[in-house]
Amino acid sequence: MADKVLMKGNEAIAEAAIIAGCRHYFGYPITPQTEIAAYMAKRMPKIGGCFLQAESEIAAINMVYGVASTGLRVMTSSSSPGISLKGEGLSYLAGADLPSLIINVQRGGPGLGGIQPSQSDYFQATKGAAHGDFHMIVLAPSSVQEMADLTVKGFELADKYRMTSMVLADGTMGQMMEPVSLDYDIKPMPEKPWATTGTKMERFHNITNSLSLVPEELEQLNFARYEKYKTIEEEEAMFEEYMMEDAEICIAAFGIAARVAKNAIVEARKQGIKVGMIRPITLWPFPKKPFEAAAEKCKQFISVELSMGQMIEDVKLATGCKAPVTLCNRAGGMIPSPQQVLESIKEAANGGAK
Amino acid sequence: MKTTSFLFAGFGGQGILFAGKFLAYKGLLDGKQVSWLPSYGPEMRGGTASCGVIISDTPVGSPIVSNPDVLVAMNLPSLDRYEDAVVPGGIIFVDSTLIERKVKRDDVKVYYIPATKLASDNKTPTLANMIIVGKVLDALNDFQEESVVTALKKVISAKRADMLDVNLNAMKLAIEN
Repeated sequence: MADKVLMKGNEAIAEAAIIAGCRHYFGYPITPQTEIAAYMAKRMPKIGGCFLQAESEIAAINMVYGVASTGLRVMTSSSSPGISLKGEGLSYLAGADLPSLIINVQRGGPGLGGIQPSQSDYFQATKGAAHGDFHMIVLAPSSVQEMADLTVKGFELADKYRMTSMVLADGTMGQMMEPVSLDYDIKPMPEKPWATTGTKMERFHNITNSLSLVPEELEQLNFARYEKYKTIEEEEAMFEEYMMEDAEICIAAFGIAARVAKNAIVEARKQGIKVGMIRPITLWPFPKKPFEAAAEKCKQFISVELSMGQMIEDVKLATGCKAPVTLCNRAGGMIPSPQQVLESIKEAANGGAK
Repeated sequence: MKTTSFLFAGFGGQGILFAGKFLAYKGLLDGKQVSWLPSYGPEMRGGTASCGVIISDTPVGSPIVSNPDVLVAMNLPSLDRYEDAVVPGGIIFVDSTLIERKVKRDDVKVYYIPATKLASDNKTPTLANMIIVGKVLDALNDFQEESVVTALKKVISAKRADMLDVNLNAMKLAIEN
């Protein structure tokens, strides 16, 4: 195994993307993810790749559309307000069934907001990135190692299902350094017979397009896409369970919130409270099964989030209202402290569910 | 099973982030679990800079250091801001060249190191950070020259290899005093 190195989460994403075969990066700088662009600017020219600082986020996402059409691995990255600008392009990518990887290192919102970490783009990423019926595969890293691992995974899933993958991180994940091992066995890309690579006068030309003016046909395209989504929901949900074997209280948290919650769980266990955690790694597809199972035995769920409460809705749906679900949160760039989470756990242990 | 959290704080240009990165690398090379989280954003540009480092025998949970075991304060605003956050029984390292006041708490151990003066006397005015880090490792009984040198190699680029000994010597300055 390769030696572990200390890397910032943003740099780990950039290097992992290059290892996964990405040679085209388009972006526009924004805190707290600018290191991704800086890393790409430095590395891409040395390996025959293309780094381009676009004139705007909108330009960058449409450049992604262009390269994705040729079947090559391509990515862009931004932070919350920049991702909103990319929305139209995300919908076009979905409409044209093009694979690509988008990184969102979230910051507090709404509006231009702040620059401190946040998870308040959960709804946007999992339910409503833009107009039309579509989903992206949404991966939520909780360590610098996962920033890299899920970048590679994101490219693989995007190619496998011909759709956009998004890595949904936050400012702490992007800025922090942790040991990381970038030792990957990269599988060859699947065949892409649909790609616009030039016909060499040997086949009919391919077109990547999201315009479809005949409603009967457009409906069929939507039906087919949702059949694919069903497969993904069944096969690709990822999660980690932490101390769930005997848990009576279940925390739901992803990303940095899950890291904070782990501290609180360790402390609560010392006080004899049986608490565990389900950490979704894919936010779409949401890992419903572990929550369905936990709902059979846990008396309360606590959703820990850096938002006003967004994932909590999916936790409520997955647990089918069999047990109360409360929210433990901070917003606008603030992070819940382990003490705050511990208080929520104690309240739940004392039957204080609301 | 031990977990130690460090908070380095000062102003931009003092090498606060570098000192933290060195310590994190040393932890990694010593086979520990480590994390390093900087403050980022507008305050970095000329204002205060800080970073939290956690070195642990077990996987690091939250990388956020709100209540450090060890505080390194390299200017007065940092001491004012973080003195009360240190855990009881913790340690505070103060650059006494730049901070004239004493630590008010009596439930922590305090080292006063005239790091900025030592650095300029030693004709390495930019290495006050490493002078304090040397003292931190010494106070924690963690100054093994071999792993210090290996960690320095990780944070000093090959182009600046001449700075290795300079850094190492700086790290010993406050220990000998």
